[in-house]
Amino acid sequence: MGKTFSEKVFSAKAGREVKAGEIATLEPDFILSHDNSAAILKKLPAIGVTNLKYPERAVIVLDHVTPAADSKHAANHQAIREFVAAQGIRHFYDVGFGVCHQVMVEEGFAYPGRLILGSDSHTTTAGAVGAFAAGIGRTETAGVWVAGGLWLLCPQTIRLELTGTFKPWVSAKDLALTIIGRIGADGALYSAVEFTGMAAAALSISDRMVLCNLAAEMGAKNGYFPPDAVTAQFFGEPGGKHAHLHSDPNAKFVEKLSFDLGALDAVVAVPHTVDNVKPVGELAGKRIDQALIGTCTNGRIEDLRTAARVLGGKKVARNVRLLLFPASMRVYRQALDEGLVAPLVDAGAVWMNPGCGPCLGAHEGALAPGEVCLSTANRNFKGRMGDPNSEIYLASPATVAASAIAGEIVSPEEYF
Amino acid sequence: MGRVFKYGDDVNTDVLFPGKYTYTTMEPAEMARHALEDLDPEFSQQVQPGDIIVAGRNFGCGSSREQAVLALKYAGVAAVVAASFARIYLRNCINSGLPAIALPEAAKALENGDTAEVDLAAGIIRTSKGDFSFPPFPSEVQAILAAGGLIEYLRAKYAEE
Repeated sequence: MGKTFSEKVFSAKAGREVKAGEIATLEPDFILSHDNSAAILKKLPAIGVTNLKYPERAVIVLDHVTPAADSKHAANHQAIREFVAAQGIRHFYDVGFGVCHQVMVEEGFAYPGRLILGSDSHTTTAGAVGAFAAGIGRTETAGVWVAGGLWLLCPQTIRLELTGTFKPWVSAKDLALTIIGRIGADGALYSAVEFTGMAAAALSISDRMVLCNLAAEMGAKNGYFPPDAVTAQFFGEPGGKHAHLHSDPNAKFVEKLSFDLGALDAVVAVPHTVDNVKPVGELAGKRIDQALIGTCTNGRIEDLRTAARVLGGKKVARNVRLLLFPASMRVYRQALDEGLVAPLVDAGAVWMNPGCGPCLGAHEGALAPGEVCLSTANRNFKGRMGDPNSEIYLASPATVAASAIAGEIVSPEEYF
Repeated sequence: MGRVFKYGDDVNTDVLFPGKYTYTTMEPAEMARHALEDLDPEFSQQVQPGDIIVAGRNFGCGSSREQAVLALKYAGVAAVVAASFARIYLRNCINSGLPAIALPEAAKALENGDTAEVDLAAGIIRTSKGDFSFPPFPSEVQAILAAGGLIEYLRAKYAEE
């Protein structure tokens, strides 16, 4: 029996053979945390330990409520900065640098075969470049800080075979939502999700990040793309360098599913679960108050190009607020260089600072009772973006941009 | 025996503990007041120490926020019994010392009005609908639960060293 990617990474890290279903104590290459570092660092005195075992492995990115929305958040950020200085943590990214999952990939922490843990559920995003990346809780992040490692269950693997090519107005977000709609919000519970096939190999790193990000909404422990020519190009390396990490042809997969990209159309995840997915046509006429393009799911340069393509020369509807959140300052800078900023300003969009924005309802565009938001983010749970009687619909950047013009949910087809 | 509070599938971390409180509300009694706020606004007034939450599939899906566990613990919930748990939520329960038992038969059988208690050592949920047994946790997990949570487990470990 051959090994899966997960079994290979676990075995290499454990220094012994580890199979799916077995527990191993492993030390991650990097341990990510964000604004929640303020709560995590308070756990150290309770453990009775003062210092991090490996300060060079900690990556801390302030992104969730940045800049601080009020004095409480400001005090949290202050406590984190003081802690970072006292511990000598080098990998610290302050307000405005970007969303943590974007930073992990942009700054090179995510790398083929690395084990990355983070106190955030969308840590899975780093699987896009062939890392084994999983979210964990706050207390165990404190545990990793002081002990260096923690227990992990080696997951079984679900293989998703991708074929075909997208229609011009359909994107990785539509694919991810379609997968979640088919297998359910717990369809990949505790499992690794491996994206393979000719169509997977043709997807960009940005598209791969969308799919690995949303693997969390399938219940998966991690999602990943086997490192290939696209990955090699991203890192400026010769192709084939990481082929040994690929799942063996005779490895055990608990489930194999295939998706034809050419058969997909634009879809929307309807309140209040991400697996409540419907064709965009069924939502026709649904009035929206706010439109959001950004977050760790869809705030990359490709997404902003799509927004500019759809919105350039057009106007956002009078009754709609369109908020743009670049995933990082690098992305924002590139948008400036590419001339994407001015046409979107002219269209009536509001450029916000790189960060998580209102995705978790804390600031920068929270929703009032009865309001409807169409968003490129990854969760539409009841009350997540503000009032419990508001509604969140999830869609691709193209669908959000087209709908912002119409003032209601529409297919982006006519713009492509 | 505690009383059963029964909920459905996919009870997510935003309804367990809304995101708007995650970085500012840290005091246990206040966290308990927001437990399940957006799903069952009555819950925090009605729950008593020893009560049990019973739910369907994928309990605790969504964010990694640990307050979604701690709010229940601080509210007095003695255990959560569900058909299945989201994986980070299950880890957070173990690390916080809140027993989380994945047992579809018990999750299906128990309803509001039933009573139940979890005997971790014996691997049995005793209820007004009869006893349900569950398989033991792996030894790594048992050690953490036995210590009362990961903080306590590590504190004991480093105190020894």
